[in-house]
Amino acid sequence: MKILVCISKTPDTTAKIAFADNNTKFAEAGVQWIINPYDEWYALVRAIELKEADAGSSIHLVTVGGADAEPIIRKALALGGDEAIRINADPADPYQVASQIADIAKAGGYDLVLTGKETIDYNNGSVGGMLAELLDMPYVALATSLQIAGTTATVKREIEGGEETLEASLPLVVSCQKGMAEARIPNMRGIMAARTKPLKVVEPAATEALTQVAAFGLPPAKAGVKLVSPDNVEELVRMLHEEARVI
Amino acid sequence: MSVLVFIDHIDGHIKKASLEAASYGAQIAAQSGTDAEAVVLGNPGGLSELGRQGIRKVHQVQGDQLSVIDAQVYAKVLEQVATQTGATVIVFSNNSTGKTVAPRLSVRLKAGLVSGAVALPETGSGFVVRKNVFSGKAFANVSVTTPVKIIALNPNAFTVTDADGTAEVVAFNATVDAPKVKVTGSTKTSGKVALTEADVVVSAGRGLKGPENWKMVEDLADVLGAALACSRPVADAHWRPHNEHVGQTGVAIAPNLYIAIGISGAIQHLAGVNRSKTIVVINKDPEAPFFKAADYGIVGDAFEVVPKLLDAVKKVKGVS
Repeated sequence: MKILVCISKTPDTTAKIAFADNNTKFAEAGVQWIINPYDEWYALVRAIELKEADAGSSIHLVTVGGADAEPIIRKALALGGDEAIRINADPADPYQVASQIADIAKAGGYDLVLTGKETIDYNNGSVGGMLAELLDMPYVALATSLQIAGTTATVKREIEGGEETLEASLPLVVSCQKGMAEARIPNMRGIMAARTKPLKVVEPAATEALTQVAAFGLPPAKAGVKLVSPDNVEELVRMLHEEARVI
Repeated sequence: MSVLVFIDHIDGHIKKASLEAASYGAQIAAQSGTDAEAVVLGNPGGLSELGRQGIRKVHQVQGDQLSVIDAQVYAKVLEQVATQTGATVIVFSNNSTGKTVAPRLSVRLKAGLVSGAVALPETGSGFVVRKNVFSGKAFANVSVTTPVKIIALNPNAFTVTDADGTAEVVAFNATVDAPKVKVTGSTKTSGKVALTEADVVVSAGRGLKGPENWKMVEDLADVLGAALACSRPVADAHWRPHNEHVGQTGVAIAPNLYIAIGISGAIQHLAGVNRSKTIVVINKDPEAPFFKAADYGIVGDAFEVVPKLLDAVKKVKGVS
């Protein structure tokens, strides 16, 4: 089975969120970059588990980004990808990213395409679905479990108030979230091997973005906590009832 | 602007998130002096009552092949409805169905998509929609430059409106493909209220010391009609099921009231709950970072405070 895992570069979960250039850009100074956790912990690690169960499989990675995305894609190779493609373009919006990946995916003939359920910076969760449409493949979003038997995938997905089990034939696009796999850390052998694994850089095809960020902003700060004594819980309930009106 | 709202449903009922989307769509239509229309795939109850949210007409597509939400099939049907009704703004809830279907429709219609919208579009110059980014730590004003626009509205970001009105339900004959995915089973989570749709969420963390101590939290949630949630360490330790984990890598929620018991409030946890309208923190450590993000707080032992809180809430609710 040929598996394609889509990898994004995102700021670390503890990064300070601030904006530059008149609030039109994320302030990158001093920010640590990581593989988007949903792409790494769930999509990539599940791909590695599937390969461990079926040695004939191969794991291909793709990312859309400039040269600064290389440490991220090397880390993904160290975890267990076999080879990687970096599309040399700055990500502009989900449609532009999905269009770029679609060109690679069409050429590669993959049986399974995995993405994280969203990136932790833009929180769109759109690339997987857009990619599936561009590839004319079925799509299961928000998957918590993925099993493959022959050419049939059994996927559990989150729905409001529960989970649904679905069956679909490969090829298939799946967006992955918690429950899918247990996080791993790269070992020294993986890190050494990653240095020599193929990382191909391709120039982007001409595609457009359908949206653009006009400005970023930070939510107004909280007014400050109102502390209530543990001996006066009734007062808290009174405030929630009469002041905040949420009970 | 011609507004079309996608109505999602489960077990014969329209989802609350879709009532929010309908109210939101009607408001957009009203801004340009038009009426909003809706589209539903399937046959839930209460379609004509969507008039109460300001919907004047509901296009209904029916067929056995729509019983499974196959994004590929749904997107093709919605494309037909959107094209025939001349929709220029299409509204989804950014719930599980919206997240599955809206991106595909975006490609089919080549319509810019804003997923996770939290406010009405600004249409003074262009079409700009505010959405959450960085897991609620910031927002972005996203400009959509295509003739047709798609908005996926975050659950609990817009209040359901309620006014007199009835929607006309009309059948829409669409070409419906055979689904390529089939449902082989489904399970309901233990809680009575869906976490992402809940108005009130009661959440607990490591401060509870073990899974055997959750009874008081469940009792409190019962009385409040709340959904249950937990922090990541609790889910990782298998004290609670992972679908209750809220935070950066779990579920992101935005209830009216979030009560956090014995959770310190790590930045990753806050990222999943910071859109809650009111946050109450109960923690015995006065230095817990969560207090900085809270509206109300009690510095005290959960095992003493929660039973008292339960009694006080029962009194206010008139339950014995």
